[in-house]
Amino acid sequence: MADEKDLEVWHRLTANFWLPEKVPLSNDLPAWKTLSDVQREQTMRVFTGLTMLDTVQATVGEICQIQDGLTDHEQAVYTNIAFMQSVHARSYSSVFSTLSSTPQIDAAYQWTVDNDLLQQRCKIVLGYYYGGDPLKRKVASTLLSSLLLYAGFYLPLHYSVHATLTNTADMIRLILRDKAIHGYYSGYKYQRSLQQQGPERQQQMATFTDRLLRELYELELEYSAELYEPLGLMDDVAGFVRYNANKAMMNLGYPAPFDSAQVEVNPAILAALSPGSEETNDEDWAF
Amino acid sequence: MQVPQLPGAPASPHAPVLVTASPLVDFSSTSENTKRFVDRLGLPAERIPLRPRQQPMIQASRPYVLVVPTYGGGARHGAVPKQVIRFLNDPVNRSLIRGVITAGNTNFGEHYCLAGPVIAAKCRIPELYRFELLGTARDIQRVGQGLELFWAEMSPGP
Repeated sequence: MADEKDLEVWHRLTANFWLPEKVPLSNDLPAWKTLSDVQREQTMRVFTGLTMLDTVQATVGEICQIQDGLTDHEQAVYTNIAFMQSVHARSYSSVFSTLSSTPQIDAAYQWTVDNDLLQQRCKIVLGYYYGGDPLKRKVASTLLSSLLLYAGFYLPLHYSVHATLTNTADMIRLILRDKAIHGYYSGYKYQRSLQQQGPERQQQMATFTDRLLRELYELELEYSAELYEPLGLMDDVAGFVRYNANKAMMNLGYPAPFDSAQVEVNPAILAALSPGSEETNDEDWAF
Repeated sequence: MQVPQLPGAPASPHAPVLVTASPLVDFSSTSENTKRFVDRLGLPAERIPLRPRQQPMIQASRPYVLVVPTYGGGARHGAVPKQVIRFLNDPVNRSLIRGVITAGNTNFGEHYCLAGPVIAAKCRIPELYRFELLGTARDIQRVGQGLELFWAEMSPGP
């Protein structure tokens, strides 16, 4: 049975194709030198953490969904998404290989490998990727693409607000554009499969998804606190994580779990996310 | 009056047309994100058909607000779904649109909800609101109240 969404998403993905070589990251070197040691170390850790997640997603998360694809087109879309996840993983390493030195890179990787919270996040999603339930695979994959990376994305957006590492932020915006489609597609396919299930199974999946979201969200906050509390940014990051948790759940077809008071995102970060759409400030709209 | 045309094929003059008096007209792809937002508003709404060759095109008979998703994932070209362009190419529909509400995703950066400003400029009507994906409870509340005020201001006073 054909699904016109497959070809539509394929066209979007191929039209958005890019490579990190197109972003002049070395122009960020002067700004990089103005950062403190703590800021540089924190940035490295953010990017090694992101590399780890996107590597898991490229090599397992997307590939494991191929077996559940209902059409040849759907299978081809996952191979495209998997490749772009590898491009993303490579992009993060382009950042630190451009800005930093081998001993610092090795130290940041070691920190990532030794970090229990990061390992735990990966282990949880990998358990579902290798598990026997196709719907749980889709939920885990959607949450990875739409929730887990965002505490990391916050930092380059924050720096770009202060006119620092702006080329790195441009690259992150290209990645964000891709992630929106990746999360949308897995979430959409999840909803299509869920429609075929009986009410009991649907209820079971709703409960499962809610629990997994809470579990990953708690880990995301604990992990973020290690990175952002020393810089006094934690409250802001937590709001940004909840904002993206809401979007992850909406991608899966569920209502946004956090109310508007809990997802206050710093307007400067939102403007960095969507440059040129600052006119989205409430007062500029009729309602 | 010369009606400026959006790019895209005009509707066939012989195609069957469904006339609607709904104050809201919406469009959704098969993911139905926008439809679910409109359903939650609980207001009368008519949907622009996804497959115009198989379903009758609709024609408005009273002023309406359009609710649409942004397509294309990050490019001006193709931001407005082609079914919506076709609907707006009908001079009657074009003359009765009063505002547009757009769904999108801030991940698309400067192209977030791009269909909104494109339609607003083409039809010279205000962009009323933007929301992400399915919309939150707050979005539903604000749009519901906003539409009520909007129509009250539109209608001639006693």
